[in-house]
Amino acid sequence: MKIVLKNVDVIHPEENINLKESSILLNNGLISKIGKLTDDDIQGAREFDFTGKILVPGLFDMHVHLREPGREDEETVITGCNSAASGGFTGVACMPNTEPATDTAEVVKFIIEQAKNHLVDVHPVAAASVGRKGEIISPMAELVDAGAVAFSDDGVAIKTASVLRRAIEYASMYDAPIIEHCEDETLADGAMNEGINSTSLGLPGLPSVAEDIIVSRDILMAEYTGGRIHIAHISTKNSVNLVREAKKKGIKVTAEVTPHHFTLTDDSLKSYDPNFKMNPPLRTQADVDAIIKGLKDGTIDCIASDHAPHSIEEKESEFQYAPNGIVGFETTVGLSLSELVNKNKISLEEFVKKISINPRKILNLPIPIFKEGEVANFSIIDPKHVWTVDISKFISKSKNSPFDKKLLTGKTIAVINKKKMFYDEQWIDLTSA
Amino acid sequence: MALSSKHLLGLQGVPKEDIQTILDTAHTFREILDRPIKKVPTLQGKTIVNLFYESSTRTRISFELAEKRLSADAINFSVSGSSVSKGETFKDTVKNIEAMKIDMIVVRHAAAGAPVYLTKITDANVINAGDGTHEHPTQALLDMYSIRQKVGHLEGLKVCIVGDIAHSRVALSNIFGLKTMGVKVSVCGPSTMIPRDIKDLGVDVIHNIDEAIQENDVLNVLRIQLERKAREYFPSIREYAKYFGITRERLEKNGKDILILHPGPINRGVELSSEVADGSNQIILYQVTNGVAIRMAVLYLLGTLN
Repeated sequence: MKIVLKNVDVIHPEENINLKESSILLNNGLISKIGKLTDDDIQGAREFDFTGKILVPGLFDMHVHLREPGREDEETVITGCNSAASGGFTGVACMPNTEPATDTAEVVKFIIEQAKNHLVDVHPVAAASVGRKGEIISPMAELVDAGAVAFSDDGVAIKTASVLRRAIEYASMYDAPIIEHCEDETLADGAMNEGINSTSLGLPGLPSVAEDIIVSRDILMAEYTGGRIHIAHISTKNSVNLVREAKKKGIKVTAEVTPHHFTLTDDSLKSYDPNFKMNPPLRTQADVDAIIKGLKDGTIDCIASDHAPHSIEEKESEFQYAPNGIVGFETTVGLSLSELVNKNKISLEEFVKKISINPRKILNLPIPIFKEGEVANFSIIDPKHVWTVDISKFISKSKNSPFDKKLLTGKTIAVINKKKMFYDEQWIDLTSA
Repeated sequence: MALSSKHLLGLQGVPKEDIQTILDTAHTFREILDRPIKKVPTLQGKTIVNLFYESSTRTRISFELAEKRLSADAINFSVSGSSVSKGETFKDTVKNIEAMKIDMIVVRHAAAGAPVYLTKITDANVINAGDGTHEHPTQALLDMYSIRQKVGHLEGLKVCIVGDIAHSRVALSNIFGLKTMGVKVSVCGPSTMIPRDIKDLGVDVIHNIDEAIQENDVLNVLRIQLERKAREYFPSIREYAKYFGITRERLEKNGKDILILHPGPINRGVELSSEVADGSNQIILYQVTNGVAIRMAVLYLLGTLN
């Protein structure tokens, strides 16, 4: 099957490609030609007019929870991938807090197998310790062989400095980063950010210093061992500053942030709505400002959704008893474009780096190449598309989002990868006749 | 003489006029409690459920008496052995109770915000009888009423709340209510028991109990929780009693006639010495009596709203 993507702006920040109103010809999902196309080229091709749209390397979400195996009632690998594609992603890295934990080659292979025929590339992050218990490091060599791209005890930080040291040292043999959920568990007995709002709402607080302590510990350990640390969902001003200083010293530390941490503050919790309950918790405006500064100056490398589906019955409860997390695939691009790009906080090129290029670099994954003969791996963005979030229309199996009814500007309207295309709510097999 | 809300979820944001109305209404009900026949037909035909997810005999009895004295039908629903062990969600439990056609719910719950959540899933009037470490508005109202009756006014008074402020719903409701009524509020206790950001609520922080006695007209002394978790916030009961306990010697040394409140139950010899707990400064049992009148007032004002 031949298709033509017409009149589309093509941007690839890594390859310094910036073409206005260009065209791309694909033949059976492979890039056949970029630029001016002749009548012969487009003979018999299905045409997609993408005037005013922007084509970029396929977006990659490096922090997601697909819930399979274990909580298939909330999400499966397939429903998660459908949701990811609908949100504009062609690749994801999924976290190991499954049941059982992703701490054996069998579970890694199982997850990869589920996604084998899907448009979205799925790369498991394996547990850093057996059972994510922080006692014995996981069989990392086997896990890497099975396809794991990083290690994390996600949901919690690696419990002790000694296990952290072994995990970094062992993982560095395979140049795999340790992804840390930075939170000192002895300070983490709370339900929301500690501050004036937790005081007046009477909710137990999670102090920002609980994050900062583990970020400090991990940076020091990365420096000492020479290994790589990636800070998951950074949320505090001090942590952003710590990462900035560490990077200046050449320590191998990277960081990601979620859209909710650069768009919301703990003022949103006054309704006790569990859809605003997440970990790390929503912080203060000073933290949001520091995060946006960190996104601008490159301290924060990536934007990731922390897609965390939960069942309705679990989220419809007393705030303190509700689980943490929100579904994120289908709002991440819209929130980032609306709050960062459209407000001139970061450029579109920077945005693409943070949500396509940098995550793949951190995980040692190949970056999509815009060249003849390459498999097309694209996301097509409509930066002007105005839309309202409607959780009832989410493709994800779960609906727990604090952004219902929010008006956003900007959306990914199509994705192409693995010789498949998802556009206008339809799956198109690009190898069919 | 109606309140501006159909629920009483807390005292944060409740306007001064509403608090005034509740206190004045309580005063008219207070007189009924001294009659030989302590019952009025005000809420006849209304059904009120006391939904207690946490055991609290005193608060429940006080509400139940208030309901009965207003001739409402009162149903007690304690959950410890009931639906939680069957794994039923809070929402399902409430929906079940509501389906039996009830008018008001008085709720006690270990989770902060549970009464707010209740208002989203039921049409009944909701009265917060204590939610986690958030608020306990009727306790603060009865404290304010008791102070007003004893002193004659609230405006311009200086009140210090003493004890574990960080884990107290009574403290928070008192802070919100008293501030609205023009009272200068301070808190006194070990620094580990005082929230970091409490000053942002407009209260002063004191760590010296003698200073608290000297500087204030009223002390509202909280119960120190003696179970394990709360105990981690101070070194020993002995040290607490020595540095924060209120004794007759302390009151005499500071030479001041000060009004002492306590929401009960008292740990004698810890936050109050027995001499003080039974002495002439305290109004502890007076508060208990007023509690029934305050709850009658709240039930009446909300129950006859529609």
